[in-house]
Amino acid sequence: MTKTPPPVLDLCKLEISLPKGADRRYALEGLDLTINAGEIVCLVGESGSGKSLCAGAIMGLLPEPHVRVTGGAIRFMGEELRGKSDAEMRKLRGADISMIFQEPMTALNPQKTVGWQIDEVLRLHTKMTKAERKARALEMLERVHIPEPASAYNAYPHQISGGQRQRVMIAMSLVLSPKLIIADEPTTALDVTTQLQILKLIRELQEEEGAGVLFITHDFGVVAEIADKVAVLCRGELVESGTTDAVLNRPQHPYTRALIGAVPALTPPPVTAASDAPVVLKGTGLKKTFAARGGLLSGKRKAVTAVKDLTFELRQGETLGVVGESGSGKTTVSRIVTRLLECDHGSVELDGTDLLAATPKELRALRQHIQMVFQDPMASLNPRKRVVDLIAQGPIVHGADPKKAREDAKRLLELVELSPAAANRFPHEFSGGQRQRIGIARALAMEPKVIVADEPVSALDVSVQAQVLKLLADLRDRLKLSLLFVTHDLRVAAQLCDRIIVMQKGEIVEHGLTAEVFANPQHPYTQNLLSSIPGRDWTPPSLRTDAA
Amino acid sequence: MTLADTEIAPPEPPRYVMFWRRYKRNRAALLGLFLFALVVLMALTAGIIDPGDPLRRAGEPLTPPFMNWDTPLGTDQLGRDVLSGVFYGARISLLIGVVATLVAIVIGVVIGALAGYFGGWVDDVLMRITEAFQTIPNFVLLLTLVAIMGSKIEWITIAIGIVSWTAPARMVRAEFMSLRHREFVDAARNLGVSNTSIIFREILPNAMPPIVVYASVIMALSILMESALAFLALGDPNYASWGNMIGQGRAVLRSAPYCAVIPGIAIILTVLSFSLLGEGLNDALNPRQKK
Repeated sequence: MTKTPPPVLDLCKLEISLPKGADRRYALEGLDLTINAGEIVCLVGESGSGKSLCAGAIMGLLPEPHVRVTGGAIRFMGEELRGKSDAEMRKLRGADISMIFQEPMTALNPQKTVGWQIDEVLRLHTKMTKAERKARALEMLERVHIPEPASAYNAYPHQISGGQRQRVMIAMSLVLSPKLIIADEPTTALDVTTQLQILKLIRELQEEEGAGVLFITHDFGVVAEIADKVAVLCRGELVESGTTDAVLNRPQHPYTRALIGAVPALTPPPVTAASDAPVVLKGTGLKKTFAARGGLLSGKRKAVTAVKDLTFELRQGETLGVVGESGSGKTTVSRIVTRLLECDHGSVELDGTDLLAATPKELRALRQHIQMVFQDPMASLNPRKRVVDLIAQGPIVHGADPKKAREDAKRLLELVELSPAAANRFPHEFSGGQRQRIGIARALAMEPKVIVADEPVSALDVSVQAQVLKLLADLRDRLKLSLLFVTHDLRVAAQLCDRIIVMQKGEIVEHGLTAEVFANPQHPYTQNLLSSIPGRDWTPPSLRTDAA
Repeated sequence: MTLADTEIAPPEPPRYVMFWRRYKRNRAALLGLFLFALVVLMALTAGIIDPGDPLRRAGEPLTPPFMNWDTPLGTDQLGRDVLSGVFYGARISLLIGVVATLVAIVIGVVIGALAGYFGGWVDDVLMRITEAFQTIPNFVLLLTLVAIMGSKIEWITIAIGIVSWTAPARMVRAEFMSLRHREFVDAARNLGVSNTSIIFREILPNAMPPIVVYASVIMALSILMESALAFLALGDPNYASWGNMIGQGRAVLRSAPYCAVIPGIAIILTVLSFSLLGEGLNDALNPRQKK
């Protein structure tokens, strides 16, 4: 007589309550979810939908007593996890259930080397000898494709890149071959090629071991790439679930339809700017090296060349995308052209004036013409200033009448589709998308010729991302702006950029019209990049967003 | 259901309301506030309770408390009213506390901000100076300064400020070092804002909460330092300060302990009120805390 094995994870009417005064009573309400061995289930939702708390509930890592499970059952291999003691949970965590966290910088201990931290997992859960543990750790580092595993073994978390940190996290959680892997947005911070490798790696290991994976993500591209089943969460409620094919291509619920409708398609826009428009920004032979200091007792690390010999041209009304993976030097480019970072060599000409050779006084006047929209809408707005002052600050510094500047700031708020009532609020009262709109308004207040946007939408939910991108495109066309758009997201680049530059390790490997590069990439790196876009074979169905 | 992100959440109550809500959750902090208010009240009403010089002879020397209602808390060996001494002493203690703290914070903020913001050799030079000050024990330095400058109340206050600035300087430096790499600083630089403006208008307001909290500690320490000076008979004899009273009460400690005990209690409660106040401020100003 054969019995079907119990599912790896079975959630039944799971209910998590939030403390009083939160925006809703339950973080999760009546969630039913089953994960069988060898299955990858994606839990999709926007920020605040309760998907991370679900992971916390399974691991028994909720911030109790404020947030706690108030109803339902959590069964792991048929065994109820609710009511287990801390000691029992500790044994399960790491060995049988492991978690890959969203933020590898905070999930890793900054005081210990990478090797030590992997070693610790093995030391706690196995009886391997020191040499075996080291060999195993190095093998895991190799499997997650870390360049020079031996060097990474001795590195501290801050010494390796964000992508590598996440690989280390994954190495750590996979080292004991757990039965259930909870991955909370594990690839959100990663580059596409790394992301694909990691997704493949998770797939591969999960197939080898027959592990079940609960994969939490907001990215439908990733869902298309990896999921067997999909569950969509909206404000704590399960609005739709089913096989990947059914949910992605024939979504039923209006919320799912709206979400999928917001996923940018991989079709580049028609070329808008005439190629004979005047060049407004021109970089020539830019070079920047960061000297790295090695520790006295730790392993040696080399100086890094962030950008070497970069040359580009940006024409009026055009959007130039700078695309590359982390460490390709694209952010350094954005800081050099705005001279937030001093460059070692080269020139940046803004309308014929060299920005890099300007004296501090000249530079201040020049800054009017080149403005920046930053990546993190939380960190880039001074939390102690009112919105109106944030926006009016630039013009006031450059000698505008404060009263008039504040009036203009209110008009700008309307331009970025925010209510003028927002003017007297503080940044923390806004959502991420709204803050980014404020950041855009601040840049526009100077009436610049060029806007440098450093990953302006990468911190935003997909539906908000679509709205902010649309706003940027609108403003660019209306105000005849030129955009230097730095992004890692090729889908976003495809939506907005007329031309793109593909960077690898500080060098341009390919440049040209977006449509041409996407259709017929020449350089192997570009080809690799394009073939790594998650869900590249899936074209979001064109849906009328009739959600109301 | 709408997905537009342009609708704004309802407005939050004003900052001071939020501040008060967070502050009052800490019971001990409320007690601190009450004691502090009491000390301020004493300082303000000293002239009403006892018009005239607190150092004049008010009754028979060494009258114990609660014997004669002209001098409810008794008199010391020179016949001076202890009650009015305590009230006028509150003035001096608060004055010294506030002014010395301001001196310490201003020096500390300027040095810490410059060191933290510019880094490099500026940081090296300023921090070596700070360390030079830190290696000398506070009180020894204070005694030296008072010995050089004389024990006028103004000099004492400034001297206390000068010996207390190192800790706030280090703290401000640490805050600045972490804040100067935040994107909003880059954003301000990109608007062409000058370094001075960035330091004082952009970064400093964000670095303020821990400084305000620490200020309450400095205030308590300043009051203690002044008392200790007075106890060693290095205080300004022209003012009734709590330290002076204890110092003189020491001579009659066995026969009339109240002469030293009563101002001692005043010092304890005042210092306690500052540290409780600091704790409450820490809770209320800590931005990580929600609701």
